[in-house]
Amino acid sequence: MSATLPDSAPAAPAAPGEEAPERRVRSAPLFLSAPAALLFVALVLTPLFLTALLSFNQFDYATGRTGGFTLEHYLSVLTDEYYLEIFFRTFRISALATAICVVIGVPEAYILSRMGNPWRSVFLLVILAPLLVSVVVRAFGWSMLLGPEGPVNGALIALGIGRMKLLYTEGTVVVALVHVMLPFMVIPVWTSLQKLDPAVEQAALSFGASRGTAIVRVVAPQILPGILSGSLIVFGLSASAFAIPGLLGGRRLKMVATVVYDQYLSDLNWPMGAAVAVILLAANLIIMLTYHRVVEGHYRRRLG
Amino acid sequence: MSFLELKNITKRYGPLTAVGDVSLSVEKGEFVSLLGPSGCGKTTTLQMIAGFVEPSAGTIRLDGRDITRAKANSRGLGIVFQSYALFPHMTVFDNVSFGLEMQRVPKGERKPRVEEALSLVHLSPYAKRYPRELSGGQRQRVALARALVIRPPVLLLDEPLSNLDAKLREAMQFELREIQRKVGTTTVMVTHDQAEAFSISDRVVVMEAGRITQIDQPYRIYEHPETEFISRFVGKTNLLPGKVATATGAGATVSLAGIAVPVEMPGLSVGETVTLCIRPEKLRLTQPSNGLLTGRVADRFFLGSQWLYHIDGPLGTVMVVTPNDGSAPADQGAPVGLEWTPSVVRVHRGAMAEAPDVALEVT
Repeated sequence: MSATLPDSAPAAPAAPGEEAPERRVRSAPLFLSAPAALLFVALVLTPLFLTALLSFNQFDYATGRTGGFTLEHYLSVLTDEYYLEIFFRTFRISALATAICVVIGVPEAYILSRMGNPWRSVFLLVILAPLLVSVVVRAFGWSMLLGPEGPVNGALIALGIGRMKLLYTEGTVVVALVHVMLPFMVIPVWTSLQKLDPAVEQAALSFGASRGTAIVRVVAPQILPGILSGSLIVFGLSASAFAIPGLLGGRRLKMVATVVYDQYLSDLNWPMGAAVAVILLAANLIIMLTYHRVVEGHYRRRLG
Repeated sequence: MSFLELKNITKRYGPLTAVGDVSLSVEKGEFVSLLGPSGCGKTTTLQMIAGFVEPSAGTIRLDGRDITRAKANSRGLGIVFQSYALFPHMTVFDNVSFGLEMQRVPKGERKPRVEEALSLVHLSPYAKRYPRELSGGQRQRVALARALVIRPPVLLLDEPLSNLDAKLREAMQFELREIQRKVGTTTVMVTHDQAEAFSISDRVVVMEAGRITQIDQPYRIYEHPETEFISRFVGKTNLLPGKVATATGAGATVSLAGIAVPVEMPGLSVGETVTLCIRPEKLRLTQPSNGLLTGRVADRFFLGSQWLYHIDGPLGTVMVVTPNDGSAPADQGAPVGLEWTPSVVRVHRGAMAEAPDVALEVT
């Protein structure tokens, strides 16, 4: 990355004698950001670039050798019903999980911001606590809870409703994703609520607005940036989630990340796996940037 | 029957009494200021009138109606917040229109009323701007227009000018008063700035430690402060401890470090400890031989329209303010005499309390 080179700083038009400190000051940010930039290049950009390269390689099923150049993998992913369905399912599940996170997380953050001090800290900890437990452990927890012999089915039988298939359904994957992702919605919304002037809501009340109207007309539009970043994080993480759909979706209810895993480790078709991964990245980027543009563009002038 | 009436209003937070037994009557169309140092309970009092804080005891009546427990959104008061609390995601027009919308004023009627309110505060050309595109003074005007457009029975101003720079603050003070007079809305303002309170209020309520210590016209509070605290908090003052030496029917003489000073206060008894309180601008510099007191100029400060002297004498340092009439000021270190008319001396009974920092507040 050229940005890490000190020479790329614009030449200082300073008086002679002042040039040295000037230059040092200008290049200091570049030096300071260099370690993080190098780490980013080594651990993110390089593998990503190699994955993209790999996705254009030919794959020989008989020998397992890769090499050459082909667009075959992209073509087969984009024309095969099987893959398209998995992509649609992934984005449907992610969108649903995001929407539910907004519906639950925003009021949760609002209530949290209105709590008195000992309770606020306690409940913030409760919201963050799931992040301290491994996703795999939480997924197994859900599978024990929802399994055919689990307590939920036990309760359904006791109530006379009868046993239901809960595991390995889209609903379960959505519920588990919401559980995992909720803190990522609550925290940015909570942060933007912290920045809100409490007098603004009082002002709305003083002009005769009901509490509900004040929240919808005055509070919600101002925390929109927080909701926006929360939903981008939740959507992105859900669309690329692996452990939850892998453990709770089973072998048949596949999502994109599990398909990539299968291609790499079961079919050993690395170029195909790479192509699916690159398409997921591109689709995710397109969806998120569009969403960002539509929602934020609408509010940029007002909220700055 | 007064228009807005607070009767024995009290607010306790646990063992702490933020506001104790406050009673105040405001007439229709009157401009009343609550003045006091921070933490004196003035903002809590305003919040109780607004309905954001519920009083622990007492009643609030508005136009004969008991509103003590009424919800904030049913009182219909116009409030200007210290932070202005404009809606940042709405244009100036929508900000002002919001209150009318909440009161279900028909759309056709809203537009002329918003325009009228904006022209009252000289902001008509800015209707389409967003608050963050305005200066501090303009935001303040939007807040005022937004509060006035709903034609509230009472306008509440919470430190409305404290976020403005000194020059703008002064200009806005007069404009605020002019607008209030034009509209005729009963107004209650909270402020810690006595110059602000004095210049625009009909009456000033001085609060100290959660209680009202004096309610009067600004001029009378300045000239006849009822307590030593007020005389210190309101403007600058010289506090001189002494003992009553002789007492006649209408007056007395007080001995200040051996110097006898005549005062006009009936009912003092000989030997009583008193504190004399003289405003710096009531003192005059004269020749040392003519003065009631003599001293030496320790320091002098040029304030533009006035000179402020610190005179060291037998009573310690005394402040004197003289108008800058164009003549040469007294030199540093020069011996001077001080004289005054007995009627300007206020007498407080009892010894002087510890000098608080507020006495040094520049006005």
